[in-house]
Amino acid sequence: MLAKNDAIARDNRAWLRKRDAIALNLMSSPGSGKTTLLERTLVALARVRPAAVIEGDQATSLDAERLRRTGAPAVQVNTGAGCHLDAALVRSALSRLDPPAGAVVFVENVGNLVCPAMFDLGEQRKVVVISVTEGTDKPLKYPYMFAAADLVLINKIDLLPYVDFDLDLCAKHARAVNPDLTLLTVSATTGDGLPSWYEWIAAI
Amino acid sequence: MHELSITQSVVDEVLSRAGSRRVHAVRLQVGALTAVVPASLEFCFDLVAAGTVVEGARLEIDVTPARAACRACGVSFDLPDPVLLCACGSADVSVLAGRELKIVSMEVG
Repeated sequence: MLAKNDAIARDNRAWLRKRDAIALNLMSSPGSGKTTLLERTLVALARVRPAAVIEGDQATSLDAERLRRTGAPAVQVNTGAGCHLDAALVRSALSRLDPPAGAVVFVENVGNLVCPAMFDLGEQRKVVVISVTEGTDKPLKYPYMFAAADLVLINKIDLLPYVDFDLDLCAKHARAVNPDLTLLTVSATTGDGLPSWYEWIAAI
Repeated sequence: MHELSITQSVVDEVLSRAGSRRVHAVRLQVGALTAVVPASLEFCFDLVAAGTVVEGARLEIDVTPARAACRACGVSFDLPDPVLLCACGSADVSVLAGRELKIVSMEVG
């Protein structure tokens, strides 16, 4: 049923491979801190390897403009009424982006923990970002997203003293729907934990 | 509403095989673990099929129950929800069925 999308996703992966490049599909609910995480990641990676961004939102190019200020190329994809990116949208974004050889292409999906889980974009890995200002039980409420993820980043850990969030229980819930997950805790604001995220990217 | 894109993809695929022949029925297999809601597929199907040779076709959806096997105790069991947990307490569980998303058959002519 998703054969057409999956075929284009395979083409995207092959297209990236020819450039020795990879893509990461970043998914979360709105407001988890994906864009702040990307800002810091792009600045940190700039010294190591080329990076570029495909930014998906229903409307506006605010996030792409914000990320371009880090010096990395970024293209905005507006899905309009659509609730997720698909492989065809990413294919046209990749050709506009024209990422350099060896690049990491961060694909920031539309903020939504339901629909994006179903669509292969041609990424190497799926990354789900949640934050400690959300509920501990989020992995159980949105199991399909967590079941599809390779990595879960729990963001905003600098706020842990102020919120009622149980890190261990959240990790347990996430592993209940996906035993093979990698979990990392980070703060995109303070930089806490980010070296492990960079190492995870480098190891792909 | 990812079901709208998925239904569009199904109808595109059906149209590419049907040519100019009228399509009377389409049968799908949808796994219980796929985050696809059969009722939404049905709702979208009539909208997407309108104005094509698929218009008016019956949509038949077989939902495949989720099955899993426990790597710790070796038992196979039905999964009532996406939480991968065996009655023995182990979460080291592999999914055997429930992730299908297939166009099984179509009736044309």
